[in-house]
Amino acid sequence: MTERTLRILVGKPGLDGHDRGAKVVARAFRDAGFEVIYTGLHQTPEQIASSAIQEDVDAVGLSILSGAHNSLLPRVCQLLKEKGADDIIVFGGGVIPEDDIPGLKGAGVSEVFTPGTSTEDIVKWVRENVAPRA
Amino acid sequence: MSLASRILDGELRAAARLMRNLDDGFRSAVDDMKELYSHTGRAFILGITGPPGAGKSTLVDQLTAAYREQGKRVGVVAIDPTSPFTGGAILGDRIRMNRHADDPGVFIRSLATRGHMGGLSRSTADVVNVMDAMGMEVVIIETVGVGQDEIDIVRLAHTTVVVSVPGLGDDIQAIKAGVLEIGDVFVVNKADRDGADRTARELAAMLEMKKTVPGDWLPKVMMTEASRNRGIAELVDEIALHRSWLADSGTLERIRQERSVRHFEELLRERLFAEVFGHIRVNGRYREIVEAMASRRTDPYSAVDAVISERLGTPCQES
Repeated sequence: MTERTLRILVGKPGLDGHDRGAKVVARAFRDAGFEVIYTGLHQTPEQIASSAIQEDVDAVGLSILSGAHNSLLPRVCQLLKEKGADDIIVFGGGVIPEDDIPGLKGAGVSEVFTPGTSTEDIVKWVRENVAPRA
Repeated sequence: MSLASRILDGELRAAARLMRNLDDGFRSAVDDMKELYSHTGRAFILGITGPPGAGKSTLVDQLTAAYREQGKRVGVVAIDPTSPFTGGAILGDRIRMNRHADDPGVFIRSLATRGHMGGLSRSTADVVNVMDAMGMEVVIIETVGVGQDEIDIVRLAHTTVVVSVPGLGDDIQAIKAGVLEIGDVFVVNKADRDGADRTARELAAMLEMKKTVPGDWLPKVMMTEASRNRGIAELVDEIALHRSWLADSGTLERIRQERSVRHFEELLRERLFAEVFGHIRVNGRYREIVEAMASRRTDPYSAVDAVISERLGTPCQES
């Protein structure tokens, strides 16, 4: 059987305009040998869920610095579930208070990376937790 | 139920999955493509090519919007380069097309070149066929940002649009050989910038030097500002004119024939090689041959003759 190349969507839902972190992570994923579908700033959860399905990604990594993580991240998980695509792993990063993380995980977010996490750690987490779907 | 039948039932995830199987070279994809083939051949295939940063993605976004207004379903295949060092890629063409992401009449797929030269990925033609079978009436292919020689697109698209921008100065001379010969429509994008008129004039002058016979299609140079939606309606009209010319002049029929020939020959070449090579690699003959060649006990020509007649039972008749 041929090996699959891991595909990950990296995007910025919501209204904050700071995409430096997302770009750094996208670049780290590229250097790890993944195919990164980078969708950029100001995405609605609907756009992210549709893009994830069209691109057949294994995971979606979302960066949020606006404080709207508690509504945006669960909404993406919910939309994927509605479209029969909750096998796509969702993880997030950005300025997210520790207290919010258990609630996000309860809503279907697999992991949350807070400021200061190294790109090596994020790549390592992806390698250990995201398998290209057979 | 096969992926192909699920695609014909309108299931998006099945289509996305088959595209990935094609990209990853899964054998099972061949069976799905067999099933889909009779449902292809209906889409109009539009190629958009040009140097990096010319505004191709923005142009594709505007063209998609224009075709959606005409009520057509649109597929987009956007290709970006794979890193030669890590095998990874950043596929960023969707950034300009996000407004179409949740439109059920649009399906966008990003592909990485995965080492393939020529401006497309190895899987592009098949991915276009999947979109065709999904009922996309227009499929737009955006090539990797090209230099001079990436002209695979001309073998796949019905109409090829070559996008350039002012400010490349004398570099316009550099793209005149390969890319200038494949355009059916030329676009000078970012037409609000200094030098746009000059770029258009230079392009037009070069196109005039082409030898033509009566009845030939004469490519025009259009001006656009894709980011402000200027010149897009005119471009859509010009593309439609070319499409009518293809049909009326009999060129479309000829293209169909040529493509069928090429598709068949390519597949045959690939399969024959896999068949013969796979066999000798497994049974150890390959290693023997390489060693015998290295020590000059045999020559590659005789070795190939021998392998082919062993496998196919007949000496190879070169025509």
